[in-house]
Amino acid sequence: MKTTGKPDTPLLDVSDLTVQFRVPSRGSVLYRKRKDVIAVNGVSFSLTRGETLGLVGESGCGKSTTGRAILQLLRPAGGTVIFDGEPIHEFWQKKGQKWVWDKRLLDLRCRMQMIFQDPFASLNPRMTVESILSEPLRNFGVVQGAERREKIQDLLMTVGMDPRCLRRYPHEFSGGQRQRIGIARSLALGPDFIVADEPISALDVSIQAQIMNLLSELRENLGLTLLFIAHDLAAIRHVSDRIAVMYLGQIVELADAQTLVDRPQHPYTQALLSAVPTPDPTREQLRQRTVLSGELPSPINPPSGCPFHTRCPVREQRCQSEVPRMRTIEKGHQVACHLVE
Amino acid sequence: MFEKVFVIQETPVTARSENILEVCDLRTHFRTDDGIVRAVDGVSFSVKRGETLGIVGESGSGKSDTCLSAMQLVARPPAVHPTGKIYFGDTDLLSLSEREIEKLRGERMAMIFQDPLTSLNPYLTIARQLTEVLEVHRGATSTAARQKSIEMLEQVGIPDAAERIDQYPHQFSGGMRQRVMIAMALLCGPEVLFADEPTTALDVTIQAQILRLIKDLQTAIGTAVVLVTHDLGVVAGTTDYVAVMYAGRIVEEGTTAEVFANPLHPYTRGLLESMPRIDTPPQKSLYAIPGLPPDLGNLPAGCPFHPRCELATDQCRKAYPDKKKASSTHSAACWEVEVIE
Repeated sequence: MKTTGKPDTPLLDVSDLTVQFRVPSRGSVLYRKRKDVIAVNGVSFSLTRGETLGLVGESGCGKSTTGRAILQLLRPAGGTVIFDGEPIHEFWQKKGQKWVWDKRLLDLRCRMQMIFQDPFASLNPRMTVESILSEPLRNFGVVQGAERREKIQDLLMTVGMDPRCLRRYPHEFSGGQRQRIGIARSLALGPDFIVADEPISALDVSIQAQIMNLLSELRENLGLTLLFIAHDLAAIRHVSDRIAVMYLGQIVELADAQTLVDRPQHPYTQALLSAVPTPDPTREQLRQRTVLSGELPSPINPPSGCPFHTRCPVREQRCQSEVPRMRTIEKGHQVACHLVE
Repeated sequence: MFEKVFVIQETPVTARSENILEVCDLRTHFRTDDGIVRAVDGVSFSVKRGETLGIVGESGSGKSDTCLSAMQLVARPPAVHPTGKIYFGDTDLLSLSEREIEKLRGERMAMIFQDPLTSLNPYLTIARQLTEVLEVHRGATSTAARQKSIEMLEQVGIPDAAERIDQYPHQFSGGMRQRVMIAMALLCGPEVLFADEPTTALDVTIQAQILRLIKDLQTAIGTAVVLVTHDLGVVAGTTDYVAVMYAGRIVEEGTTAEVFANPLHPYTRGLLESMPRIDTPPQKSLYAIPGLPPDLGNLPAGCPFHPRCELATDQCRKAYPDKKKASSTHSAACWEVEVIE
């Protein structure tokens, strides 16, 4: 590992991260005004080396946006992202109207990578496996010629694929195999930190377990630090050390994986847990479900006060006006809810 | 990790009589450039009034084509006319003409599709799409049809139904669209409802709402439901019977309690083992079924599961196994299940 910082400092420290998007609001074309949507609102957490943090939430809650903003694939509107001591949120420069990455960020790119959700859309159909995997190596000038091919074959073996498939194209592979190629690509430059954005949700049930095992194996063997984004709580619990639950752009609860499952404090976490189906008919029959009414409110018009109050089964008067702050209720367990003691 | 299963056969009880739907030896084959694809290859099952049958399988296992064949919605060509028998009450659906089936479809049997965005017509208002069902099947006047449609939308939990009925599908969220689909399917109070992955595109909290809704409506009207899904958790919580499909055939079937408590087929056992669960302590690594789902155009000889099966013997590579009965309701097609009489 080519880490420079001390082992006890966090590899990644995210503080008060905010991401805004500009969207056209409704109205006639002439009078249309642009409106800012806050997709991620004051997200803070840190990741120590070798740790896996699971980020869970429903579609539209801003979990993927958080992942992209951490990697600076989107420019955060506010907050800080410190990666191994470097304030990477500052590594941008303005070119005309546009913000582009500066040299320092490009140099750090090889240490932070991403695995994408859709293995069908994230691999270029016109490129062979060899060219897909050699692209990062070429861009960073890591290895040349015959050595490069050897490196690619090594990568394929690391992710459990036949190293002879170099000349084949993505369409010749199944979803699970393509996801392995995507994982190999993200490992090509030997990163310290990987954001895995829903890496298993597009795969068949029997293949999901294979990919989850591969990720845990890689994490152990290569000492990777992972941000695992998914909507499936059971899968998240399986791979993560800690879990952060997101709702409407904010983290509402953050705790050790086992604590979160055993003693969820936020009413949203409780509802989410009770909605996860388990493959046990007797248990399912006896189970008391908290079925939430309504749906995720639109982030264009977020509710006042606590973002969850419109669907919360235990809401009080103050939830409608006061925004709950993140509070630590026991060591390593933080909740943003007025009602938690 | 799996060992051979021994089961003691119980005495068979007399055949069930009040079946509303009975499928016998259904075969739906497709002619493609690569030869004949046997998407459904000898499937038999039956459903009683008010009961729910879950069909579980991975993509390409033939679970959706089974439903589409029963509804006669498989495009021909490329499909060849399905063979076998599908009894709906006393009528064999496969012997009906297009006109005769049209009378049943939408009135006495209905279907909910996986993706409500592509199955609703984006050019027509919800009102137009709902009232059409009643006008065609019941000869209702437009005012009566509209009134009934609004009532149905209210019943499936759409707020402000009287106003929202004049909106277009894109103005509804995913969960709301799925409710519209359910309302449409239930307008005429069908006797059989096919639900093809009705919650796969939805978030868990919305999934819980939709499953409860289907259950409530089923209790109210006494509809028989065929629920197609890949999620064993959903099956455990909502079905009375389960059929597990692999490569176009049912490999195991039984009451939900029997199949989950005592899974016989190695594929069923593998699926259950490979699911990360929230209700049991986490394991270091998950069991993963090795290999890939089969290519239907090029199935291996004998049992199609044998290349992925730990218990496979020479016999499995040669011949397709017979159904072995563990009880009058529970059976599996596997050579390694031994029945003690």
